[in-house]
Amino acid sequence: MSTKKRYERPIITKYQSGLMNKFGSGPSAKAKTSIDEVAVSKLVEEYGSPLFVMSERQLRNNQQNAIRIFRTRYPKVQFAWSYKTNYLNAVCSVFHQEGSLAEVVSEFEYDKAKLLGIKGSNIIFNGPDKSRAALQKAIKDNAKIHIDHFDELYEIIDLCNSENLKANVAIRVNMDVGVYPLWDRFGFNYENGEAWQAIKRIMSEKSLKLTGLHTHIGTYMMTAEAYRIAASKLASLANSIKREFDIKLDYIDMGGGFASNNTLIGQYLPAEQIIPSMEQYADAISSGMFEMNATGSDLPALILETGRALVDNAGYLITTVLANKRLSTGRRAIIIDAGVNILFTSFWYKHKISPAQESGVHVEDSSLYGPLCMNIDLIRESILLPAVKKGEHLVIEDVGAYAMTQWMQFITMRPNVVMIMQDGTVELIRKSEALNYILDRELLPKQLKLK
Amino acid sequence: MVNFIIPENIAISESGFLFLAGTGETFTLNQIGKEIFNLIRSKSSEEEIINSIVNDYDIDKATAHKDFADFISQLKHYSILKEA
Amino acid sequence: MKIAVTGLNATDNPGPGVPVIRSLKMAKDFQGSIIGLAYDSLDPGIYMEGLVEKAYIIPYPSGGLEPLLERIKLIHEKEKLDLIIPTLDSELYGFVKLQPKLNQMGIKLFLPTLEQLNIRAKDNLFKFCEDNQIKVPKNFLVSSLHDLYLLSSKIKYPAVVKGIFYEAYIVNNFEEAEHSFNKLSAKWGYPIIIQEYLKGDEFNVVGLGDGTGRTVGAVPMRKLYITDKGKGWAGITIDDKTIIDLSKKIIEKTKWKSGLELEYIKSSETGEYFLLEINPRFPAWVYLAPSAGQNMPYALVKLAYGESVETFSSFKVGTIFVRSSWDLISDIKTFEQIAAIGEISI
Repeated sequence: MSTKKRYERPIITKYQSGLMNKFGSGPSAKAKTSIDEVAVSKLVEEYGSPLFVMSERQLRNNQQNAIRIFRTRYPKVQFAWSYKTNYLNAVCSVFHQEGSLAEVVSEFEYDKAKLLGIKGSNIIFNGPDKSRAALQKAIKDNAKIHIDHFDELYEIIDLCNSENLKANVAIRVNMDVGVYPLWDRFGFNYENGEAWQAIKRIMSEKSLKLTGLHTHIGTYMMTAEAYRIAASKLASLANSIKREFDIKLDYIDMGGGFASNNTLIGQYLPAEQIIPSMEQYADAISSGMFEMNATGSDLPALILETGRALVDNAGYLITTVLANKRLSTGRRAIIIDAGVNILFTSFWYKHKISPAQESGVHVEDSSLYGPLCMNIDLIRESILLPAVKKGEHLVIEDVGAYAMTQWMQFITMRPNVVMIMQDGTVELIRKSEALNYILDRELLPKQLKLK
Repeated sequence: MVNFIIPENIAISESGFLFLAGTGETFTLNQIGKEIFNLIRSKSSEEEIINSIVNDYDIDKATAHKDFADFISQLKHYSILKEA
Repeated sequence: MKIAVTGLNATDNPGPGVPVIRSLKMAKDFQGSIIGLAYDSLDPGIYMEGLVEKAYIIPYPSGGLEPLLERIKLIHEKEKLDLIIPTLDSELYGFVKLQPKLNQMGIKLFLPTLEQLNIRAKDNLFKFCEDNQIKVPKNFLVSSLHDLYLLSSKIKYPAVVKGIFYEAYIVNNFEEAEHSFNKLSAKWGYPIIIQEYLKGDEFNVVGLGDGTGRTVGAVPMRKLYITDKGKGWAGITIDDKTIIDLSKKIIEKTKWKSGLELEYIKSSETGEYFLLEINPRFPAWVYLAPSAGQNMPYALVKLAYGESVETFSSFKVGTIFVRSSWDLISDIKTFEQIAAIGEISI
């Protein structure tokens, strides 16, 4: 039998000045046939499509790397896993095994962390929404409560006084670090003295112990310098606290917000070329921290709540081509089985998307649509992709952050999530939803029952 | 059976570079695109072209058909060919 | 010595590749050949006789570093490049990141550091100047129309609206500002810079720093003719110690490494120089420098080779450049070669 030539769709490309040229034709032409040496085709065969894949190896690498980078610059470093970024138990457990505390922003997340076996004293409780019941639970558990506003502070004081409790608290501080927008809706403002007022109030309460200061200056921060300013402002607050009240803080929590390798829509250069490295963030933060009037064992611990930068590149979404189309303008459109309902982040990111099989070198500018019967279901307006056939797969990269917490169930079920373990085995870490998952929650009034 | 005509003043080179002398537009075609273009030019019918593709390439007939139709619609979109 | 130079787009918004190459060829002891790296099959530099020995198409930096590196590897295998001189702003971040890998392949570069690129990034320039007592027009950064609206009471019209990488418009009211904001953000992303409009004449300096704080060369030029795109179409070297000293101060404070262009406006009210921009590469009018006696592109090559370079002490005042349009004639065969194959021997 004679061997036939490898097939590729016939393609014609009009030469247009100023458009992407094909030489070195985009990373999208390069096939991503496997994830951590496990073949994409095998994963789909076993777990279906679409399919979220997490890499245990990448998660641990990211965390260990970040710890090393920060510890070589500051003596006491403690990471806290940001649950909202990805709170799948398997993902959280990897970070906890690597020594991270839990950083939660709701009672739901708090309970989730507790159920996973995290002690209350190892949980940082953030966010503007903490019910009285949640606060009571957290206080009794000795959790680290980061107060967001005065109403919360008074609620805690009231709780402690009426039930004779003692609470470990920190305050969240917002400040001008020269970056827009200003996140002044969270915490107490530094510049107008509100933060200092909150600190004085706490210090006057015997039932409260001020353990730390917290800030979180923004998200996807493209400048490391902002962190230096933030750290130095918190250092100056810490210095004032020491001077006025003669107490040493246990920790300074610098929050998160480091950018990941994803390029934002509207950003001209790819993120890899312009976002600061972890080293630059660490340099900036430690240089701000060292403005504290303390040395050696007197220095507070540095807590980091980095989420996105530790998890984004450990997550993949495998999707399948449902159809190829020509739009009325002659433009190519590809419809895939993953929509914006499970990939929210495609509203603001230009995710890296590659074919999962060798597909030839000719690429064509295409629009990538999800399967939802809705016009907003656009995964990418314009992407250079080689010819991909119905049934073939694409791999969407850097989806580890937020996709699996902000996804929603809409006209279809959410898919399986697997984790490729360090030893190369594959574990299912979240089962795809079945119809019952939805129906169990629904109630049908008797008079509406169809005969 | 529908056949297609390519105007005389359209030239394609070995490298798949296509020049529309009438309008001055230029295009590039991949290998298989070039082969199909040349087959159309040598007056092969749609059926013959698809048979030749299926014969030479590792592809099923249905896919070859679909891709051929898409390619033809592109060529028509660019006024590179007309239906006979 | 084989040197690859990018930015062959000698168009009405010219890249500096062609004048950099012309400068190198002007040096008496320059022995080597030039490879052109182009982004578009119609980059005029490809079609200029006797300019480059060979030209290659390379992928845009906005397409990611991996394909760019792959392409350079392929070119390097054939050409054994000694040095690459990137000449476009948007390339620099990419080449700075690729530097270790390229060096490992045996390719030299002489680039600004990442910190230097960040200092000159339009959004940080304001702070740098403030710290070093260098005058700059008032600046605001905006990332949304809402931000722009909030600023409306602080902005005095006319004002200048600038993209983070390129392009600027003078606007006379909020509506025009809004229009330019939309136009620029769609093209170059965020943030957008709203700048105080200063009345005065434009002066530019081409300079070269060796990375230690020393200014190897600096030639100031007054624009004699400015196109509607704001590009200098003619200019003349001037004798003004103030602007040279100011430029030397900037090179010293930043420890600038590589070529640069400093853009100033001389206030017609006070006669003071205000720094508008630091461009982290030679300007498209760099050929004026060797013509006036300071061959900075060639000095950059020597620096890249680790050779010692003497500081240029003077230049010929009154040297003029006049840019011209000149139609190059070619054949579809040449175009096909570059468009379909991606490389061409000239």
